[in-house]
Amino acid sequence: MANALKITKNTEESVREFLKILLEKRKVKGVFTLKKIGKNGAVTYSLITKSDELNDAVPFYPLMPTNAGKLLSRITRNGSTTEPVAVIVKPCELRAFIELVKREQGHFENLYIISSTCGGVYPLKTATDGTIEKNLSDYWDAVKKGEINQDLRPACTACTEFTPYGADITVDLIGNTELEKKCFLLLNTKKGEELVQDMKGELVDRDFDKEKLKKFYAKREKAKNQFFNENTKINGLDDLIKIFGRCIGCHGCSKVCPICYCTLCMFDSSNLEYKPSKYESEVRQRGGLKIPPGTIYYHLGRLTHVGISCVGCGSCEDVCPVNIPLTLIFKKVGESMQQIFEYIPGKNITEKIPLVTYNEEEYTEIEG
Amino acid sequence: MTEQFEPRIVGFLCNWCSYAGADLAGTSKLKIPSSLTPIRVMCSSRIDPVLILTALLQGADGVLIAGCHPGDCHYNEGNYYARRRFAVLKKVVDSLGLESDRLCLSWVSASEGQRFAEVVNEFNEKIKKMGQNPMKKKML
Ligand code: SF4
Ligand code: SF4
Ligand code: FES
Repeated sequence: MANALKITKNTEESVREFLKILLEKRKVKGVFTLKKIGKNGAVTYSLITKSDELNDAVPFYPLMPTNAGKLLSRITRNGSTTEPVAVIVKPCELRAFIELVKREQGHFENLYIISSTCGGVYPLKTATDGTIEKNLSDYWDAVKKGEINQDLRPACTACTEFTPYGADITVDLIGNTELEKKCFLLLNTKKGEELVQDMKGELVDRDFDKEKLKKFYAKREKAKNQFFNENTKINGLDDLIKIFGRCIGCHGCSKVCPICYCTLCMFDSSNLEYKPSKYESEVRQRGGLKIPPGTIYYHLGRLTHVGISCVGCGSCEDVCPVNIPLTLIFKKVGESMQQIFEYIPGKNITEKIPLVTYNEEEYTEIEG
Repeated sequence: MTEQFEPRIVGFLCNWCSYAGADLAGTSKLKIPSSLTPIRVMCSSRIDPVLILTALLQGADGVLIAGCHPGDCHYNEGNYYARRRFAVLKKVVDSLGLESDRLCLSWVSASEGQRFAEVVNEFNEKIKKMGQNPMKKKML
């Protein structure tokens, strides 16, 4: 049985054209994708309804202006879209969205999810001075070869979840040597199959090159272990003081984190503002106080709140004005929490978040 | 002679069991270390890990969370959630090289005054050996 649509054109062009036809044939009423907004590599997610507007669409551009999971949640938080929409997102964005849907912060109905095997994204600052545009040809060369790109977000270099879970259609990018000539849309679900019916292209039998993906996985896994082990070990209070001591308390990291979804964050609340008496008692006890106070408290707190669902997208680190290695901390600690429950955030929409379920007999060893 | 270290322990005690257990320990004239500052909560599941972190970062030398025995939670399943949250918090604290031994989760029923005294005394001794919480004096 055919399980893929083959389009004989450059991959990005093929997908762009595919999306246009979806709109023209009214198979979907909107397309959610990355779109260029300038020459220096600035792109933004957009919800597009007119097929002309897709001329500047760059669905697989290696940049993540915001984790799209967070954006999809904004669009669908109060109910599913009334019309069908095709969305093109990266695997960790899809996982973030699934985590949000589990928290009743989004709806899947009416969305056709298109994702791809992912070569990673560059830090946001590369899109302010044109660096990213210069990198693009190297980027796609590495993707074709199944190599890890230089200068990606650290989170991406160390990401082993580069194959999407739960997409209706997956575009085969990693290790696909013929990216410039042809494009394969792998159909994973009934919805995916529906979408490609009567579309341009040829229905064929095709699967990932599993061997190549395995090799790529091994490379990423190695990079991840290096990242986790060789990067500044964080061991103890003094290290935390060193690292978070320079935090300016802007909370930008939580604003961009897809898992931090509360509109009123307790760490932003006036309850946590110190009163004069509190300043007094604190300096009395400690002999001094870091201002703004409580940065370690904020990060430890955030870790306990989001770690279980951290998808390791690296958005937090990317926006931090003082370069705190947030990915290292959140991804590493997050994964160690997730491992307790053998949980991969966003892998399976029907699997409950570990903190809202339990077994009666478990973890008795931690009881005192 | 140096002054003996007297720990400060914050105890989050479930209203329906451990808090009553503490009461019973008191009325039975059992010896409970004065280091314990009890905070009554309606269920062990009320305790956001952030509350525990608050106590710790403010300088509590130990934090005790005590709830109903598994199966006996007044709200049926609160303590099962509390246990998972505690596991997660412990993992955070451990992976950053902080001292998770300063945290203790225990089950004490309303009729277990004796057990309450034991749990607190034991924890108190352990914390005494560990010494003062280093977070207390640091500029955080
Ligand atoms: S973005 Fe950086 S400086 Fe701002 S709160 Fe987060 S860690 Fe601190
Ligand atoms: S904590 Fe950082 S890496 Fe994890 S999901 Fe949030 S933004 Fe992404
Ligand atoms: S009521 Fe006591 S632990 Fe839930």
